[in-house]
Amino acid sequence: MSMRSPLGRARGLGSAKSGTQHWWAQRLTAIALVPLTIWFVIAMVAATGSDYTTARAFIGNPVTAVLLVLLIVATFHHAQLGLQVVIEDYVHTKSVEIALLLAIKGAAIVLALAAIFAVLSIAFGGA
Amino acid sequence: MAEFALPKNSKVKDGKAWPKPEGATNTRDFKVYRWSPDDDDNPRVDTYTVDMDTCGPMVLDALIKIKNEIDPTLTFRRSCREGVCGSCAMNIGGTNTLACTSFNADFKGDVKIYPLPHQQVVKDLVPDMTHFFAQYREIEPWLKVDSQAPERERLQSVEDREKVDGLWECILCACCTTSCPSYWWNEDRYLGPAILLQAYRWLADSRDEATGDRLDQLEDPFRLYRCHTIMNCAKTCPKNLNPAKAIAEIKKMMLERQL
Repeated sequence: MSMRSPLGRARGLGSAKSGTQHWWAQRLTAIALVPLTIWFVIAMVAATGSDYTTARAFIGNPVTAVLLVLLIVATFHHAQLGLQVVIEDYVHTKSVEIALLLAIKGAAIVLALAAIFAVLSIAFGGA
Repeated sequence: MAEFALPKNSKVKDGKAWPKPEGATNTRDFKVYRWSPDDDDNPRVDTYTVDMDTCGPMVLDALIKIKNEIDPTLTFRRSCREGVCGSCAMNIGGTNTLACTSFNADFKGDVKIYPLPHQQVVKDLVPDMTHFFAQYREIEPWLKVDSQAPERERLQSVEDREKVDGLWECILCACCTTSCPSYWWNEDRYLGPAILLQAYRWLADSRDEATGDRLDQLEDPFRLYRCHTIMNCAKTCPKNLNPAKAIAEIKKMMLERQL
């Protein structure tokens, strides 16, 4: 049982003076994902039945490649920000919380880089 | 992890059915949560049968009648009986509201009465509000001014005065705060809708000179940004206020001073 005063407990470690950037980035990526996702879904539906060469040509197109990279960055950034909030909400053991937050951030970075690398290697005519 | 299940000693059991009033023809059953710190028993739900022909229209009338005529050990807070003190906030028919402004007739079947959710219970329907009011104290809910005090009252334009409408009416009953899942999981750090609405009441006050300091104190991933716009607060508020909107206004102010 803590003998700290209720006010002392409520104030805790004080304000972290952050959080606005996180919140704003989450809104911005959400807004960016609306047109990007619609474009991607339409493109994928339109590509139904096309062969490997057509797909490569589609991804290799400069406009498509840039839009794809934007889609990948926005998706993984947004996913990372959202999952971070879920972890902070529900996981209250600090060590587990920090491990999960690092794992999510790491996974988002690795997966985003792999996806971007795939798009660029096609765009620049690599294997 | 956040606790999703009740601890073993908090599991609610069936309680006893108290004797029915003799000769009453128009009766209603009230299922009321009971827990006492004086024994080691789990909480239970007792059934009280009330003669509605001799009972007032409000849930609080029924509770007072039960305490007077059936079971004097039933414990609850009440004071003003007209929705301005916030004492009789409890969970009635699954919704946090004030017993004194809720009509018995608005509930179907048995009237189920529990204390405010996810709070420590002192006894029966009385939750421990210590932390809630400490958080209220934390936001320093008073006018802060550095300018020299004027000779007379501090003036405020009619338009500026209107900015605190929908805020000053809050009676701090904690219905909204205890209906908020974000508050359930993180009440130690998240301020919750009632306290954030009160914080915005001072941010929106044209006479206050500490707006920046207040925003500094609120800018925190937990204190403010645990609000995920769930909107339970606005849905449950017995005064029909909108704490979610007040929180959104605070977030807008946070952004405004950065852009």
